[in-house]
Amino acid sequence: MTLHRRTLLASPAALLAMPAIAQQAPIKIGVLAPLTGVLASGGREMVDGVTLFVEQAGNKFAGRNVELIVEDDGSNPDTALQKARRLVEQAKVDFLMGNLLANTGLAVAGYVRGTGTPYFIPIIAADELTQRGRIPNVVRVAGYSASQTAHPLGDWAAKQGYKKVATIGQDYTFGHEQCAGFSRVFSNAGGQIVRQFWHPLNTSDFSPYLGQLASLGVDAVFAMETGADATRFIQQYANFGLKQRIPLMGAMNTTDQSVIRTLGAECEGIVSAAHFAEGADVPATKTFVEEHVKRFNRIPSLYGFAMYCGTMWVAKALEKIGGRAEDRAALLTAVRETELDNSPLGRPVKLDSFGNPVYDIYIRRVVRRPDGKFWNVPFASYPAVSQFWNYSPEQYMAQSPYSRDNQYIRQN
Amino acid sequence: MKRQLAWLLVLLAAAALPLLLSSYHVDLATRILIFAVLAMSIDVLAGFVGRTSLCHGAIFGVATYVVIWASAKAGWAALPAMAAGVLAATLVAALFGVLAVRTRGVYFLLLTVALGMVVWGVCLRWTTVTGGENGLRGQDMRPALLVARENFYWLVLAVAALCSWGMWRFVNSPFGLSLRGIRDSESRMRALGYNVPLHLFVGFAVSGFFAGVAGAMYAFFNEYVSPTSVAMAQSVAGLLMAIVGGVGTLFGSFIGAAAIILLENTVSWYTDRWQSVLGLVFIFTMIFAPEGILGGLRRLAASKGRTR
Repeated sequence: MTLHRRTLLASPAALLAMPAIAQQAPIKIGVLAPLTGVLASGGREMVDGVTLFVEQAGNKFAGRNVELIVEDDGSNPDTALQKARRLVEQAKVDFLMGNLLANTGLAVAGYVRGTGTPYFIPIIAADELTQRGRIPNVVRVAGYSASQTAHPLGDWAAKQGYKKVATIGQDYTFGHEQCAGFSRVFSNAGGQIVRQFWHPLNTSDFSPYLGQLASLGVDAVFAMETGADATRFIQQYANFGLKQRIPLMGAMNTTDQSVIRTLGAECEGIVSAAHFAEGADVPATKTFVEEHVKRFNRIPSLYGFAMYCGTMWVAKALEKIGGRAEDRAALLTAVRETELDNSPLGRPVKLDSFGNPVYDIYIRRVVRRPDGKFWNVPFASYPAVSQFWNYSPEQYMAQSPYSRDNQYIRQN
Repeated sequence: MKRQLAWLLVLLAAAALPLLLSSYHVDLATRILIFAVLAMSIDVLAGFVGRTSLCHGAIFGVATYVVIWASAKAGWAALPAMAAGVLAATLVAALFGVLAVRTRGVYFLLLTVALGMVVWGVCLRWTTVTGGENGLRGQDMRPALLVARENFYWLVLAVAALCSWGMWRFVNSPFGLSLRGIRDSESRMRALGYNVPLHLFVGFAVSGFFAGVAGAMYAFFNEYVSPTSVAMAQSVAGLLMAIVGGVGTLFGSFIGAAAIILLENTVSWYTDRWQSVLGLVFIFTMIFAPEGILGGLRRLAASKGRTR
């Protein structure tokens, strides 16, 4: 109520001052990332990614200064929601970016649906947000939907001649979606999903699962793990002697740089599918990796890469509309129409009509570098893979979403 | 009379807040009121029955889940959805009450932790209904009149005031006095012929009812729920608010909730280490004002009265 009166009183002055303000006021970006809790290191890399791009752009997008306001979402949806409210209503940011855990992203998405604030989610992979439950002002710039990269890996596995595969995954939505993507395509290509194992988050001892995996007589294993679970799974898979016997495939997060950075030879040779590979022999990727190593002294993970590209994407859209970040409708339209051609991927990327990028997906393998560190190097690729694989969007979304009970496995 | 006038003034001051505050602060104030009701429901048990519960966050969350499910999945209107949420929470509390009333002290604490974990586990694993880790999102759950945050704040204020009055009457009723008797000496109450387990059961269910009301309001406030809303951290947060405000003071919960929520939301402006700051505040509260803020103020007032 006070707001109305104030704007009314200020309006003649504001009208006169308008052009000057538009040039001087900074573009305010609200960045949400988990800076405390178990995901803190990933959150830190997210902020690094944004910072690196903004620094390289000289702290200016479209001639306007850029102000980053970083808030800790605490890996907790309630906290994320509260912090998003503060950024939008108190700090008056022009748009929001970030969040890591799907549930924090879903909570914030529900909130911005009401406020209309543009919200960009380079990390949040929940299928729902760009499919059945999409929200017009939520765009997955430079992100991916969970099952998007798992689909082509299923196809690749079938073409390797693998007949029987078992999957193991973390028992939550992100795991269900990726395992379903892999299992669906693999079984429809004639393969057999022998068994699926689901384990709780933060499993410290995988031996019960590894013992069963060893005795199933499978040709390969698909593992969907994140963070410390991924580290432990890969270590124990090798310790159990399975590494030499059964080829291991992973979701992209299983062999993300944030995981294999801490590992040794155990991770060598694991195959995964992703739109980004830090070891790709592409000039743009090499430059990005070098700059990232120079600035932060570590090879970029998916978190740093995605936030860097996401920021780049929005910056490019802002250039198009003359930096008018306040004009939400124009910003969102520009972001949707932007084709990102100068990103570290080295290939142009654009969004599908649901706000999710269409990528060339690499099939990549963990390789030892001459300096002894490990990274993902691509050796095959699937061009123009959308979140719907080769199904039509309408047909795909008419079916119920992937879940633990809905894995779309064809019995062969 | 003087006392009623004072309460009326407090209520009027609280009602005037949205006229002075920004929209973000109105949201914070709404949140404080909701959590104060949760903290009070815990205080009913902790302060007046001598049973410290660590499952009230789960009871609160059950109401949140049911309200959002009824509204988003079953398409119910706001009022029946709210009623269903409160009813579900009360039933869960009654069930927990049956299991918990025969224990006391640390065993009661542990049992309630376990019961809370059961709720958390169900919400996490029953993906088809609860949405698992991703939780449930509601859409436009509030009736048109309550969409404006000031209006919603006033509603929450009214409900919180009613709940406070209800709980105050409850703990000061003859029944509430018998609960205090149980707190002070269970064996004597039993010897006097009181049905102690029944009293405890009713106390637990009533306290769960109020936690459910808070949880149902929270559903309309956030329009989102995930397993973190039923996790132990939620119960601990409610208990901490009751403790910081002052266990056994009932209305201290408002002060505790305000102190903790404001700290959480302002300290993080200045430092990444906001959780350390919160931790230090709790430690200092325990050392210097173990009876909580309101308890401490009362003690101060009493000692001043004596010296004069």
